[in-house]
Amino acid sequence: MRRMSWFNATSLTLGFVFLYLPMLILVIFSFNASKLVTIWAGFSTKWYGELMRNEAFLDAAWVTAKVAVASSTLATVLGTMAALVLVRAGRFPGRTLFSGMIYAPLVMPEVITGLSLLLLFIGIGLDRGVLTIVLAHTTFSMCYVSVVVSSRLVTFDDSLEEAALDLGCSRLEAFLLVTLPIIAPAVISGWLLAFTLSLDDLVIASFTAGPSATTLPIKVFSAVRLGVSPEINALSTIMITIVAVGVITASLVSKRAAVKRRNEEQAAGRA
Amino acid sequence: MEQHVFAPWLNPDEKPLIQFKGVTKRFGDFTAIDNQTLDIYAKEFFALLGPSGCGKTTMMRILAGFEQPTEGQILIGGKDMRAIPPNERPVNMMFQSYALFPHLTVWENIAFGLKREGIPKDQLNARVEEMLRLTRLAKFAKRKPHQISGGQRQRVALARSLAKAPKLLLLDEPLGALDKKLRQETQFELMDIQEKTGTTFVIVTHDQEEAMTVASRVAVMDEGRIIQVATPADIYEAPSSVYVADFIGDVNIIQGTALKAGDGYDIAWAEGRAPLHSKREGDGFSPTNGASVALAIRPEKVSISAEQPSGVTNAVKGRIIDIAYLGNLSTYHVELEGGQMIKAQTANTRRLSRRSYTWEDEVWVSWTDTAAVLLEG
Amino acid sequence: MRKFALIALPYTWLVLLFFVPFLIVLKISLSDLALARPPYAPQLDLSAGWQGIKDFFGGLDFENFIWLTTDDLYWKAYLSSLKIAVISTLLTLMVGYPMAYGMAKAPEEWRPAMMMLVILPFSTSFLIRVYSWMGILSTEGYLNQFLLGLGLISEPLMILNTPVAVYIGIVYTYLPFMILPIYAALDKLDGSLLEAAEDLGCSRFTAFWLVTFPLSRSGMIAGCFLVFIPALGEFVIPSLLGGSETLMIGKVLYEEFFNNRDWPVASAVAVVLLLILIIPIVLFQRNQQKEREAGQ
Repeated sequence: MRRMSWFNATSLTLGFVFLYLPMLILVIFSFNASKLVTIWAGFSTKWYGELMRNEAFLDAAWVTAKVAVASSTLATVLGTMAALVLVRAGRFPGRTLFSGMIYAPLVMPEVITGLSLLLLFIGIGLDRGVLTIVLAHTTFSMCYVSVVVSSRLVTFDDSLEEAALDLGCSRLEAFLLVTLPIIAPAVISGWLLAFTLSLDDLVIASFTAGPSATTLPIKVFSAVRLGVSPEINALSTIMITIVAVGVITASLVSKRAAVKRRNEEQAAGRA
Repeated sequence: MEQHVFAPWLNPDEKPLIQFKGVTKRFGDFTAIDNQTLDIYAKEFFALLGPSGCGKTTMMRILAGFEQPTEGQILIGGKDMRAIPPNERPVNMMFQSYALFPHLTVWENIAFGLKREGIPKDQLNARVEEMLRLTRLAKFAKRKPHQISGGQRQRVALARSLAKAPKLLLLDEPLGALDKKLRQETQFELMDIQEKTGTTFVIVTHDQEEAMTVASRVAVMDEGRIIQVATPADIYEAPSSVYVADFIGDVNIIQGTALKAGDGYDIAWAEGRAPLHSKREGDGFSPTNGASVALAIRPEKVSISAEQPSGVTNAVKGRIIDIAYLGNLSTYHVELEGGQMIKAQTANTRRLSRRSYTWEDEVWVSWTDTAAVLLEG
Repeated sequence: MRKFALIALPYTWLVLLFFVPFLIVLKISLSDLALARPPYAPQLDLSAGWQGIKDFFGGLDFENFIWLTTDDLYWKAYLSSLKIAVISTLLTLMVGYPMAYGMAKAPEEWRPAMMMLVILPFSTSFLIRVYSWMGILSTEGYLNQFLLGLGLISEPLMILNTPVAVYIGIVYTYLPFMILPIYAALDKLDGSLLEAAEDLGCSRFTAFWLVTFPLSRSGMIAGCFLVFIPALGEFVIPSLLGGSETLMIGKVLYEEFFNNRDWPVASAVAVVLLLILIIPIVLFQRNQQKEREAGQ
């Protein structure tokens, strides 16, 4: 095996420093005692305390969590159905429009999606609030879910479902008992993707949220427009930690499962 | 008569084109090649034969310059190759995967190496056309690799590696990806092209039939060592070890102890049985009395008969256990008294229905005193 | 029948919440600003029957689109968005290619971890990632403190609220989009192709230019589109990192709608932005299609 060249090692190191240094600075300065964010004045966790007492942030966080859970769950159901349609339904009238509507939101600028949904909600007289944000988030994240799930479905061996039908399952039973458990990892990662997209979204939420319901990103955005603040640093640190722990756990779990499976296969091969 | 036979390795004045001198290659703890010395001569079609992991591919990659020997020396045309990178060696390689550039056409693939030399355009065109003709690819010049068949891809790879007229062409399992029928046709095509261009070919293969068909000499390798280097006929008829005898073709091995007798040896092989006699020993093998030996006999050299044959040195009684009918041949598995199994092969010149032996028949198997080879056991 | 139910639900959802809203945008872009609720005219009045429909279509015109061409704010914003998107896409390519190449050449056992390191920032909040640069790039920010401390500069550099900050923000946030497709292309590359090139007389460097680089082209194209398309309509990055002079069309649209409450013009801006985006989107799809066919 060739060792890594000097050039490759340098570009990787610089690249990862570029990716991680800004967030590292953010985390460090969230523990800064001073209100002046750029000058270090000793270690303190007081900004975390401030954050916990900030009602507006806590309310927004609660709205965001509700919206994310509801929209990602809805999006997973609809997106999985859409994936089944895309992969298995064959030809039907309006298929081109359907696949166009699945892929278009992936490349559509958020400002346009947000604007068009807002105009719809106004047009039908729907008051803006949690419901409208959920509808909006479900619409764009179901497209991501369907892309994730359909890429798994493409490689799914159809004879498994046929075997289930042959052994007496109805179509629905065959799907629930055979197909769904097998594509479950893709469905779960679709849900996680939809969840993070919803948590993360600012633009579409700003269009579709009303005065009664504000999400965390909207709150953060209006706060950071005024400049860097230690409270936002603390909030960012919390969010970065949650995501990092979540992602690393998920990948360790799936890696473990893969290793276990390989060992079992090897053991079975020897027997 | 002697002059017409191509056998430069028998001529002490001939200078070898390639010399491995005490070459060892280690990857970490693993020794891929263990202190090997080998000469290959110009215009040879030389085969490195062995199971996977025996070091044959490493030998080839060292020649191409993709690996450096840990110890020892490689000479090509008398020149030490140690400091010479792959792109400056007078060697080209045909890869097992063909390694055709997918973004280039057949024509551009063949021209790739020539362009690196910066030869004039008209010469380059002429050379590429010549290669296309030689490999019967003229019709496909403008196609991309994914638009042609496996056999055609194989020929593009060959044309590309031959285009620079290398002194030495290395072929890594060149026919491995082709199906059996195409492989046999292509073997003859390869020999034909080798003869026409006069290039030295070194082929790596695990397929003994392929090596036997194409090569002028074969090196049988195992675990980083060359076990025997000889012509295909010698490898088959006069293997130097049980490993080679067993690796090439089918063989019966009878274990025993040797005793010098007359101009050959008597081999005591089973309690209370008459010893077997053999007049041929493996290359350089002369067992002392009582040494344990192995007698190797090819199945087609074993005759089978209902009555005890007369005038044959070795004849043993047994019982037919199994018959494998292969169309042109039948192989009888005969269990000798004492449990030793012997395979005897006969050509099916008669119709099957009139086959004279069947299961459980008592028969005699026999062979002459020069049919078997005595090897170290 | 079951198939019908399976199709109907997601289909209806998308028609109602994606397709219809888009038609509404199109319709409003052809309407006029009015001091009413909703603030545009004409309104479709079905109670007036045929006359109502005729009046409605008679009231639609391309006035807003003509307005976009006459007021130089808009076409300047489009041009500057295009310029910023192109430049930052090329910068992302320059940063991303060596990283993807380094990853593809790294020892096998490191690659999953590196992959994870590339994807991880992508799953943390976009807003936070953009925000993290505000503290670095501001006049009294960490970068200026660092450079002043080293004595490399005597005056703080003005980076925040300039296009440079926007470039940095786009490169930073979209870098994974560039690295992943290039890495995928390089990872697929058969190592024996490079050996074949060397065997046929290439040096390492020429082998890179003649084999690796062209064979990673489709990965580069995919990466460039994945960065260019969202960058063109970007709103958060120019809002937080760009100054008032950094015009980007996403920001203009947002302000037109919320600050000026001019819905017809905002809709027209959106329609034109989509028309501009169709070209790269179609090219991107074609590249992906070709890639899929080549893979088969």
